[in-house]
Order: sequence, then structure tokens, then C-alpha cells
Amino acid sequence: MEILQILLSESFWNATLRIATPLIFGVLGALLCEKAGVLNLGIEGIFVAGAMAGWMAVWLGFGLWGGLLVAAGVGGFFGLIHAILTVPLGLSQHVSGLGITMFATSVSYFTYRTALPQVSSPPRIEPFRPLDIPILSDLPFIGPVLFQQTAMTWLALFMVALVWWVLNRTPLGLAIRAVGDNPDAADAQGLSVYGLRFGAIITGSALMALGGAFLTMSAFDSFFFGMVNGRGWICIALVIFASWRPGKALIGALLFGAFEAFQVRLQTQVGAVVPGQIFLMAPYVLSIFALVIVARRAEYPRALLKPWFKGQR
Amino acid sequence: MIRIEPREAPSNWWTLGIPVASALLALLLAAIPLALAGANIFEAYIQMFKGIFGSTFAFTEMLTRATPLIFTGLAATLAFRAKLWNIGAEGQLYLGAMAAVAVGTGLIDAPGFILIPIILITGAMAGAAGMAGPAYLKTRFGADEVVTTLLLNFIILIFLQMMLEGPLQDPMGLGWPQSSPIVDAAILPQLIPRMRLHWGLIIALITAVIAQIMLSKSVWGFKLRAVGENAAAALHAGIGVKRTLMSAAIVSGAVAGLAGVSEVAGLRGYLTTDLSPGYGYTGIVVAMLAGLSPIGVVISAIFIASVFVGADTMSRAMGVSSYLADLVVAMSLICVLVGGFIARFKITRTDKGKS
Amino acid sequence: MPEPVILTLSNLSKRFGSVVANDAVSIDLHRGEVLSLLGENGAGKTTLMNMLFGHYVPDSGSIEVADISGKMQPLTLGHPQAALEAGIGMVHQHFTLAENLTALDNILLGSESLFSWRHNRKAARKKVSQIIERTGLAAPLDERVGNLSVGERQRVEILKALFHDARILVLDEPTAVLTPQEADTLFENIGAMTKDGLSVIFISHKLREVLAFSHRIAVLRHGKKVGEIATADADERVIARMMVGADTPTTPRDTQKPGAPVLELNNITVKGKNMRTSLRAVNLTVHAHEVVGIAGVSGNGQSALAQLVSGLISPDGGEMQVDGQRISKFTPPAMLNAGIGRIPEDRHHDGVIGAMSVAENLIIERLQDPAIRKRGFLQQKYIQDNAKQLCKDYDVRGPGIDADARLLSGGNIQKLILARVFECAPRLILANQPTRGLDLGAANEVARRLLEARIRGAGILLISEDLDEVLALSDRIMVIHDGHLVKANTNDREAIGLMMAGEQV
Repeated sequence: MEILQILLSESFWNATLRIATPLIFGVLGALLCEKAGVLNLGIEGIFVAGAMAGWMAVWLGFGLWGGLLVAAGVGGFFGLIHAILTVPLGLSQHVSGLGITMFATSVSYFTYRTALPQVSSPPRIEPFRPLDIPILSDLPFIGPVLFQQTAMTWLALFMVALVWWVLNRTPLGLAIRAVGDNPDAADAQGLSVYGLRFGAIITGSALMALGGAFLTMSAFDSFFFGMVNGRGWICIALVIFASWRPGKALIGALLFGAFEAFQVRLQTQVGAVVPGQIFLMAPYVLSIFALVIVARRAEYPRALLKPWFKGQR
Repeated sequence: MIRIEPREAPSNWWTLGIPVASALLALLLAAIPLALAGANIFEAYIQMFKGIFGSTFAFTEMLTRATPLIFTGLAATLAFRAKLWNIGAEGQLYLGAMAAVAVGTGLIDAPGFILIPIILITGAMAGAAGMAGPAYLKTRFGADEVVTTLLLNFIILIFLQMMLEGPLQDPMGLGWPQSSPIVDAAILPQLIPRMRLHWGLIIALITAVIAQIMLSKSVWGFKLRAVGENAAAALHAGIGVKRTLMSAAIVSGAVAGLAGVSEVAGLRGYLTTDLSPGYGYTGIVVAMLAGLSPIGVVISAIFIASVFVGADTMSRAMGVSSYLADLVVAMSLICVLVGGFIARFKITRTDKGKS
Repeated sequence: MPEPVILTLSNLSKRFGSVVANDAVSIDLHRGEVLSLLGENGAGKTTLMNMLFGHYVPDSGSIEVADISGKMQPLTLGHPQAALEAGIGMVHQHFTLAENLTALDNILLGSESLFSWRHNRKAARKKVSQIIERTGLAAPLDERVGNLSVGERQRVEILKALFHDARILVLDEPTAVLTPQEADTLFENIGAMTKDGLSVIFISHKLREVLAFSHRIAVLRHGKKVGEIATADADERVIARMMVGADTPTTPRDTQKPGAPVLELNNITVKGKNMRTSLRAVNLTVHAHEVVGIAGVSGNGQSALAQLVSGLISPDGGEMQVDGQRISKFTPPAMLNAGIGRIPEDRHHDGVIGAMSVAENLIIERLQDPAIRKRGFLQQKYIQDNAKQLCKDYDVRGPGIDADARLLSGGNIQKLILARVFECAPRLILANQPTRGLDLGAANEVARRLLEARIRGAGILLISEDLDEVLALSDRIMVIHDGHLVKANTNDREAIGLMMAGEQV
């Protein structure tokens, strides 16, 4: 009975969308990199960097949208490093990505601690507020669920459409998909494999950073250590689960958000039937489960993880 | 046109020099964040040096810090040698620690010379189990072990919380999420009186030596290297590739599990959720800096531990954030990656087409 | 011929190291013409076309292409882009298609400005449909290339070239991967295309199709153009002689009396993804003291046969016996235990582990041998002595036995593999392309070793695309074509050549 109540409540669906938002950014970013043939395990660190940089930019007075730009720029910068290491140098994408995660995380933490040496309670910013769209937000059920989200959630949904459009409806997207599938095919048609991969990794990393920025600029109003907590890694699993499709990625992120929202409510309303940690654990377990199910038939971009050097066929 | 070609034979100078140069370069690059933080750079480096060599205590603290890093570095080395990407040493460390606590807090009453081997073995088995799962999913279903081991780290950490609020919780701990203390007989003895340095270091060094011998001298190590370097040729030559990968996973997980036992039974005495400040992940850097050589792991673990301990001292003395240490560690990984590339390849200009 | 010349290759030469791949080759191509470039494997056909397409820079010579108005213009050498712009399209043997994209997307790739906000798919589809209508190159445009048959993929490649306004189309062994029916369709399409004024260079070594579908035939042999003939004036015997040469090499060889059978394949069937990886009810016996040579054009089932005998794949039907013992487990260790020594086709990929030492590579198949392992540990002294001895006996030269195997030359890597295989005194030796890519000295050495093993009593299964090699080394010859294995009752080159092309002799 309570379960049904939860599933029918407005707040549950509102929370689902809210929790899914950073994951949507992250999955899209990871998807873009992988579509071009490069795994970006820097995602976890880029989330941290985006969260810190966006928040700090706002705190320094750049304004919310300025903060988003700064976050995206910082994400793009770490993406550039990853691209240099993995594309022309062809280094292990696994190790390079982990290096980027460590680098981005430590730079962020160090910068934060240096700027704010000893604060007992972290300073707050004025985050994105839910858009109160007249009439629409007063609609029963749909109003609170859809039309009382912040601008960033809308931006995330718009990005799903945009990434889908670019990948499937434009020559640029076609070129990116070709580069991730068979770089020789793109090269034979005079396209720049390196250029396309750099572009995809930098853009994808900028998207990941926006996912991080959502945490400090929309979900919360301050930055604290450990706040990303594996969201980046979940995105990497979600991309495989979504078979590298933006639409499915959205569904995956929403399912994940729904699960999180559900377990919080179940715990508070139903109380401790089982230890709460079972619920906390479940998303990660589900991610692994989903991975195992799709692994054999997953259609990996065929050039994923394979370095490509010009003139060596 | 610019071409990237493998070098004929990277000389010993390259293979030895690159990691050392990378580590030093990363240390030098630390001057940039130091300057940005407004610190006196010279003074900072001096403080760091003092933090490592300033006293016997400082030096033993550094070695204490190096102990878990040797274990996790070895875990990464053994897996990576077989091209098995075990990123889950952090979780396997906690599995080992939980096993040690489960049997080491009164379950078994026995003298130290029996109890200590028991907790070491159960810890290793728990860590091995933690990596056997992802390896099975990889060889059986083709699930990418990078993602599964990463996710497993979070699952294990939450499982740890559950245990520390449940079966493993200290009844005398006033409700804090921490385990009962390890019984005296199971504690790894100190190496030097009044210093925190413990027998874990000796076990780590022995493990490194064994790993080195097994890798270079045993048939198992031979198979592991063969599978890692060229799985197709290994298969053709009759080596069981999947079997070798499974065994590499089990050994790698076991060594990571030992890190947990060593920390909980050698240093802390009880288990909490902050036993490891990311030793599992840092172990990857240690392994890469060591060029995936077990003996090299000992040296690079000592280097990384020095950076951590030195930066701690420096940050206390000068008010610069101790996250500087993580920054240096991350930078040394990136430096050694690029350095490794320079050692293995040369970039040549060609005017002719490919041949 | 009334049609104007559209392409001129003048005196093109190219050498790789000491190997002359092309020696002053000159060829003209007319508008609307199908020119066949005929020759055995390694005759230099592909090198010539790679120079035309800008993948290789010729050492000497020049190329001229007619522009749209028909005026001859020199082609910038060494730039694929220049060749594309001059209207030259090439369909490689290995397609450059992105398998996860649809056929239409593959055709479209690179044809539009990257930063337009959408494809003009409608116009593109219309243009492709028109090309399909004119030429009959039917392909499901909205299907992923990965789901297409090989023939369909090839048509997509050709459509891609035509979509990019190619006026000269180079087809590199287009029928090597096709079924006969698919090949017939292709020839009809080519006929339709040339009516539109397209010129085609058709690389092949199949006599029948060359005679049936081309206007003119140029024959390459050992890098030189050895003849050019209008198809109307040619017949199979003339062409075959031009292609393989009249000289039959005579390697002096004592006769051996074949012993008991060491390998028997009874009705073995392997269902591969395509005919490259299929065997159809194959029967084969190799006796002791005997070399059985498998001749055939690449991709007719040789790799399936080799993988089967190596233990890398299991048959879908039939039975295999080694020394009279039925093989029940098809794994590499099982084959090694049964006494089969394997010389793999791709020696760098499957033969050695480049990052391990010469000494280690020499024992990699003997890890269970008590001389090598004691209580799980490697016997370093034995391994070192073994390596020293073998390197001396088999003349493996390189930086030393402790150096990485990747530092050895191709010939020395092959000698290393020979040493490893022969030291186990195998009952049967599978030699798959054992001399491919080796210089003459190393190739002769390999041949000598194989014949030595034969005298010692081993049976040898030799798979080679080099007919000369098969003729020189084999006691008996079988021809593989389309997954079928047929006995050749003759040592006549022409007859075997015809069988390789699928003719009944």
C-alpha cells in the first residue's frame, strides 16, 4: 500500500527527475567520447572538477550561467589532456582516464582548500531555483513533476535531444560515429580522425562537468568532499546499458533516479525492514547486473579502446 | 607527415630513468600549485624533506604509510601484467579487513603464531573472492572488469557500513560504526618500540619478493606474462588463457586483501569506514610508476608514501592544503604515462608515403 | 578502339627494401573499358594500384588522368585526396566500411560539409537510387553494413565510389570474397556501369572471369608487365602460361616411400561465417615421409583447415585422426599432445610473443615438459642451454637469446618457430604459408628444414598460396576451392591453375 502511495506521489516523480539530471549529463558525455572510440574514465574526476569550478565561479560572482560556462570549460580542459594522451599518443585509455580522475579530483580539492582554508560550514551560493512556469506548474501532478524543475534539468533534457540530433541527423554526427566504428573508413573519405576524436572528447568532458555542476549549483548550494560518490562510474555502466543511444541513456538515468528516490521514501515511510544499506547498494548491484546481461550482445563502438595512428593500416 | 614508430630496443637507461624522471618532474611541478597557494616554495620543499627524514619517527611513519601501498601496488601489478584491469583493490582491501575483524576479534582463541596466519589467510581469501567475481563475469559473460570492479568498490564500502552497524559492530562502541578491537594475539607486532611501524611491512616485502620470483621464475608467471603480452599467441601455444586470467585475478585480489589485514591488525586495531584513504586507487599509480615490476613497487610505494607524509608535515607547518600530495601523485602518473610513451616510441618525420 | 585514353601509367617502379614490387610498368586505360590486371599473388598488382591511389609513392614514373573535359593532367603522387578528386575510386579487398552504420550513411560519409545542421538525405538517397537504377548495384540502404552479405558490402563500396563521382574504378580482387552467383551479378553491374562511360580496372587471378568480362588483359609477373592482349584474342592456355611462366623449378629431391597415415580427415565440415572460414566435407590423408601441398587462392577455406588442425576451432561434422587415434578434443594442447607441430600463418600475431625473450618463446609450447618445469618453476639453466643450442642449430640470428623476440627479423622469427616445432619431433607438421614475406635465403632454409623433417618420418601438411612453392615441395597436391578439397592428379601448372579457379579438369 505504501509502495503504491510512493509511486503515485508527485514528490517521488519530481525527485526522480532531479536525481537523474547529473546522470543524464554524465551519460551523454561518456556516450559522446565512446561514440568516437575513446573510453573516458576521467568522468568521476571531471564531475568533481565541474562541481567545484561551477560553484566557485558563482561564489566569485560570475553568476549562475557564468558558473556553468566555467564548469564546462574546466571539463573541456581535462578532456583535452585525456585526448592528448589517448589519441595521438595512443596510451592506455583505462590508465589515462584513471589518471585524469585522480588529477581532476586532487586539483579541485586542493583549489577549494586553498581558497577556503578553514571553514567550519562551507559557504553557500544562491543556486538555480525551480522554474515556476505560470499555468503549467499549476497543472495537477504534471505541474509539480515536470514544471517545477530547475533550468539545469531542462538543459539536460534539451541536451539529450541535441546529442541525439547531432549524432543521428548531421554530417558531423555521422563522422563521429564512423570514427568510433572504423577510423579507416573516415580516413579514406578525407575526414580527420584526430580532429573528430579531440572534438568529441572535449565536448563530452564539458558535458560531464555540467553534471558535476548540477550537484553544487542546483541540487545543493555548496561544495563538499566526496559528494560525487561514484556517479561518474555509474554513468560509464549506464552507457553500456543504453547501447550508446541517447534516448536509452535518458531512460537508464531516469530508472536510476527513480530507484534512488524510491528507496529514500521507502526507508523513511516504511522504516527499517531491512538495513538501509541494501537500498544504497542496489543501484551499483543493478548496474553490474545490467552490464552482465547486455555485455555479450552489446554493440560496442568497434574502434573503442583501439588506438589509431595515421598512415598505419 | 609525422609518424610514430616503436623504438628498436629501449635501453635500460630509458626503462629505469623514465619513472625516476617522472616522479621528480611531478615533485617539481608541485611548485606551481605551491606558488599559487602563496607559499614559500623553498621552505615548503625543506619542510617536506624534514617530514620524511627529519626524525626516526618521521621515517618510520613514512614506511608505515608505504606498507599498504606496497600491497595494493602489487595487486595492481599482478593483474595488469595479465592485462586484467583490476581497479577494485580498494574494495578488496576492505574485504580483507572485514575478514580479519570477523575472525580476529574473539571468534577464535589461539596464540599469535596460529591466529596471525589465520587472519592473513582469511583476509587474502576474502580479497581473492572479491576479484574472482569480476574475473568470472569477464571470462564467462564478457562484462568489462573495469566497470564491475569500480562499482564493486562502492558496494563493498556500503556493505562495510552495514556490517559495522550490524554483526561486526563493537557492542562497547557507544553506537559508533566501528568494529570490536582485534584481540591482542592477532595484532601484528611493532617492529621498533614506541613506533607505529609494524610487521605488515615485513609481510609486504616478503610478498613483493615472492611476487617477483613467481612472475619471473615460475611457470605460472610465465603464462601470466604470455597472456598479457599476446593472448592470441598464448592460446595458439596451448596456454589456457581464461584459466590464467582467473588465477591472476585471485592472486591480485588476495594481495589487496592482505593490505586490509595489515592495516587493521597492524596499525588501527579495529575497523572503521575510513581505514583506507584510497590506497586501492593509489596502488595503480604505484604499479605504473614501478613499470609493473614487483620489486619496483617497493621503491615507488616508498616514494609515494614520502610524498604523502612529507606533504602532511609541510601542510601543517605552512598551512598549504595536504591535498597537494594527491596532486603530486596524480601528476606523477600522467608524467610516467607520457614518459613511457617517449621510451617506447620515437616520432619521426617522413616525406614519403607509407611503406 | 575509338574511345579516348582516360588514364596513363608510365614506367612506374617501386621497390621495398631489396624486393622489386613493380618494375617500369606502363598501362593505358580507355573510357568505358574494363581492363583486367592479371597475375599471381605477389606479382605486384596491388602495389601498382596503391600507387595509383596515392597510398604509395612510386620510386619513378608518372601518372596522368583525364579531367572532365578529357584533357590529360598529371596526378599528384602520394595523396589519396588528389586521386579521389581526380575521379579515381578504389574498392579494396578489405573494405573500409563502418559496420555499425547503415549502407546509406557509409555512402554519405565525408560527402557533406561537417557543420551543416542536418543531412540532405533526401537528395543523397535520390542520387544513390539513380546510380542503383542505372547500374543495378542493389543494396539495402537502410540496413547496418554489419548485417549485409559480403556481396552487398562490396556493392556499397562501389556505390560509395560512384556517389563521389568516380570515373575510374579500381576493383582489387572483387570476386575473391564472392560466391559465384554474387560474382555473376557483379559482372552484370560492371557491364552497365561501363555503358555509362565508367572505366574499370579489374584485378584478378581467375582466368575464367577475366576472359568473360574484360575488354583487355594486362598480365603482371614478378613486378613486370609480361604481356597485354585484347580479350578477343586470348584463351585460357595463353593467359595461364603468361601468368605462371613456363619455367618449372626443379628442386632435386630424393623420393621417399610414404609410410603409415599420420593425419586423416574424414568428411570434416566446418560451418564458418562465410566461405573464407568454411570447410565442406573435406577428406584428406597425410602419410609419414610425405608432403601434401594445399594449393588455392586465398580465402577458400585454408584458414579453417589450419585452425582445425591447430586446435583453434572444432569441426561441425566429420572425424579427425592423428596416428590412428581419433581426436575428441579440439584444443591447442590436445593437438600438441597428439604430436602436431604448427607453423602459424601470421607468425607475428600467433607465432611469437614479441615482448618475451627468444629463449622463452622457444619453450612456450613445452610448459608441461618435466625438463622445463620442476615443482612449478622454470628450469632456467635448461631453458638457456636449450635456447643456445637451438639458435645455433637453426641459425637464429639476433641480439641474443635474452632479447625480446620482436627484435628479430621475419626470417629469424620463422626460424625460431621452426626450431620450437621441430625440437618436439612432431608426427605431423602444419606449415601454413611458411615462407610468406621471407627473403630468398630464409625461404630456402625453411624449405630445406621441411624436407628434412619429411626424411625423418614426419608428415607435412603445407598450405600455400604460392603455387611454385607447392609444386617444389609437395609429394602430392590437393587444391582447395570454396571449402572443397580436390585431388590434383597432375603436376601441370596450368591444370592446377585452372582448378584453383574452380574449373573441373
